[in-house]
Amino acid sequence: MRYTPHTLDDQARMLRTIGIQDIKQLYEHVPARLRETAGIRLPGGLAEVAVRRRLANLAAKNAAATDWSFFLGGGIYHHAIPSAVDAVVSRSEFATSYTPYQPEVSQGTLQALYEFQTLVCQLTGMEAANAGVYDGASAAAEAVLMSRRIQPLSRRQVLVSRALHPHYREVIRTYARNLEDVALQEIRFGDSGATDLERLRAALGPSTMCVVLGYPNFFGVIEDLASAQAACARAGAHLISVTTEPLALGLLKPPGFFGAEIAVGEGQSFGVPMNLGGPGFGFFATQRRFIRNLPGRLVGETVDVEGRRGFVLTLATREQHIRRERATSNICTSQTLCALAATVFLSLMGKTGLRRLAEINAARAHQARARLIREARAEAVFSGPFFNEFVVRVRDLDRAIRRAGERRIVPGIELSRWYPELPEALLVCVTEMNEREEVERLVAALAG
Amino acid sequence: MSQRLPVKRAFGCAPPLLFDSGSPGRSGFFWPEEDAFPAAELPAELLRDAVEGFPELGELEALRHFTQLSHLNFGIESQFYPLGSCTMKYNPKVNETVARFPGFAHIHPLAPVPLLQGALELLYELEGWLAEISGMDHVSLQPSAGAQGELTGLMLIRAYLADCGDARQKIIVPDTAHGTNPASSTLCGYEVIQVSSNEQGVMDPATVARVMNEEVAALMITNPNTLGLFEKNIEAVAGAVHARGGLVYLDGANLNALMGIAKPGHMGVDVLHMNLHKTFSTPHGGGGPGAGPVAVKAALRDYLPVPRIEKQNGAYVLSEDHPKSVGRVRSFLGNFGVLVRAYTYILSLGGDGLAEASRMALLNANYIRKRLEKHYSLAYNEPCMHECVFTDRAQHRFGVTTLDIAKRLLDYGFHPPTIYFPLVVSGALMIEPTETETPETLDAFIDAMIAIAREAKENPELVKTAPHSTPVRRLDEARAARKPVLRWEPERAERDKEQGML
Repeated sequence: MRYTPHTLDDQARMLRTIGIQDIKQLYEHVPARLRETAGIRLPGGLAEVAVRRRLANLAAKNAAATDWSFFLGGGIYHHAIPSAVDAVVSRSEFATSYTPYQPEVSQGTLQALYEFQTLVCQLTGMEAANAGVYDGASAAAEAVLMSRRIQPLSRRQVLVSRALHPHYREVIRTYARNLEDVALQEIRFGDSGATDLERLRAALGPSTMCVVLGYPNFFGVIEDLASAQAACARAGAHLISVTTEPLALGLLKPPGFFGAEIAVGEGQSFGVPMNLGGPGFGFFATQRRFIRNLPGRLVGETVDVEGRRGFVLTLATREQHIRRERATSNICTSQTLCALAATVFLSLMGKTGLRRLAEINAARAHQARARLIREARAEAVFSGPFFNEFVVRVRDLDRAIRRAGERRIVPGIELSRWYPELPEALLVCVTEMNEREEVERLVAALAG
Repeated sequence: MSQRLPVKRAFGCAPPLLFDSGSPGRSGFFWPEEDAFPAAELPAELLRDAVEGFPELGELEALRHFTQLSHLNFGIESQFYPLGSCTMKYNPKVNETVARFPGFAHIHPLAPVPLLQGALELLYELEGWLAEISGMDHVSLQPSAGAQGELTGLMLIRAYLADCGDARQKIIVPDTAHGTNPASSTLCGYEVIQVSSNEQGVMDPATVARVMNEEVAALMITNPNTLGLFEKNIEAVAGAVHARGGLVYLDGANLNALMGIAKPGHMGVDVLHMNLHKTFSTPHGGGGPGAGPVAVKAALRDYLPVPRIEKQNGAYVLSEDHPKSVGRVRSFLGNFGVLVRAYTYILSLGGDGLAEASRMALLNANYIRKRLEKHYSLAYNEPCMHECVFTDRAQHRFGVTTLDIAKRLLDYGFHPPTIYFPLVVSGALMIEPTETETPETLDAFIDAMIAIAREAKENPELVKTAPHSTPVRRLDEARAARKPVLRWEPERAERDKEQGML
């Protein structure tokens, strides 16, 4: 059988050692009624070539960014992935190992995660970061839960920007629904596409626990974190900054600069393929004073019995395997292999490369927007500053999208399914993967 | 006078941190054909300086760093890795090949659905397969990992009961449960009642019936449980829970013991999650990504998370219009890349191959149990399923503990079993060999365990000070927790250099 190496002789020898004649005796204590109905009605196994053929057929029914021009962002981004990234994450020492519970034989994973935590801190301008969580959306929900652990019982109102990614808002709602004391309130956005600060200030009060903003937000707009933080600080609320496009932090002042209490986001942009949206990883950073309230894995530095530096999982008394029902979270996965991909990616980009990549993205996006407005009669929807994503209104959007589709272009994401107040609005993302000639064709397709 | 350089170990040495390597201005990024960004496009006050402290390395330099790090890790392809409850089976290479097909790796979740038909077909089919294997009616592939599957499962139990006008506050969790079970219960707003397993290591229907009342929403049970024992009374236990209007949740972490042997759906289970990174061979990745699909009986279908995949007139669609749903538990469509690998595994093995995998997993575990039982104390003298649990009782009188045994195994080139879990066993050693190991590997591991038992008697110091051959030796975990250092900082790097710690 596939992957089971036992010959009939092996099996006979092992059964003899165990002292039984038939392998069925190993599970005869399982009630007979259960055994009799346990047959799996699935087809027989396939040879590797047949497996590949079947999977290749399925893959061929999808539109891949290698054959199509995607101007799609909205939380998952098409960026270049250096070959070196996959070379590292394909190494079985990284890919097939378990959570590093035995640090003496896991220093590779542990040191890489320590480096990852450092990179997240540097990028977000925060003091401490964990080793990662599932994705950006659950990171946002976990951030709200963390704020709940820190804030007094009198503060249970959560203000969530309507310009935060719709999936993230939904996941926060899902997590909060179980905790009857948490009350969510949505804050509208203004003409700039940023969260309406007047409304935010009006909603903030002595019962506010935290404020959740996208940075940049779902429309690609760069929120005014300085003003938001000032308002939060006056009211005693935590500011949670949520970034779906972490490349933006290569160019923009980081959330930590403004004093955000928690900065989280999705890290897929850094060396992880789009994969239909998963797996990527959530990053999660905070201020030093809050580290004991963090969810998830943490790697810390220490020394061995000979005084050599080494790394271990630490502050485990926050975690489920020790604290059980009193743990800070139930999460025990850190998307480590994806976090490793990001660590390799960021070490290849480095200080100058990351900045330059971010600049190329911003430049291409700004040029594309200007051309769409000038040459394709698209209208700007928002006036706020943006990074590599922006919203335009395109007349007769359905037809324009169909026309683009015929030319193997997906011009962006229609916003009306989440924002009925934004009809015919298209969220367009331009990255270093969208060549000048592609933008040319996008403009032509939308111009009609 | 020539100065002698200090000789370092040629292999298995930790490289310096990324931040202590390289040189200012160096980068592995090369993008010559583009002008710089016209800074005027964005207000200057929004922009940061280059990221302070970021690495500055060339491509080979960076690669060598990570390759050297990889040499410090044990992995399944280099070592036997019998971690109990983790199912460290072989992660097939073909899974990796197909997951990297551009039609899977480079597809966008918000592309129009007609452009994603192959992906949705795969997901739809995988849902059906997992339902068949587990004996359940409907599956959602959304949850990112086992613990999120648990949370999702509990949320839908909560939503279902609330809908029946029967809001309840408590969850019964056996003392042998994974820590995630009580943690997920709390996260879902429930209070936890812990119940003890009986002298045979399993749940007793009478015990459950005693604590079961109209305040209890569900029992969370693991089968086989974390002692590697089949919960042989599970039908009666489920009956006791159902009799008082509760539901039964099964933690499917140990599904690798059950394929073709017993289906959870036939045991009275209403909701369960599966760990695709265990039973269905997707790589653990050093701690993720995994996938934790949740499966339910028909009565709970409407509460499954959104989006759901449906087939309409021969085409696959994503549907979010399920008013009773618990909502969305993560972004997009689950950990698709992991799901592709699990799909590939099931396709490769087929129904018969999966059943064979479980049988061989049982054979390997029982073989280890038999050969070691004269040298180590069994936690429970009951027939085991896919894993067996020993204790350090026999070694204790020499001052040797489970931790010492685990560390000494490293010197023999084996990853240790799961240790000190389940909590009900003092000094537990939980061994799960999985079906993909040869009897020769098992023999070598068993011989090492026997040798350690002998060392514990004859030379306990050797065992107590192990490991002796790993890149670092025992690490001071108390120090790490007392004064947490969670990141590199330039000032500390300087200080450490002065103190010669590196």
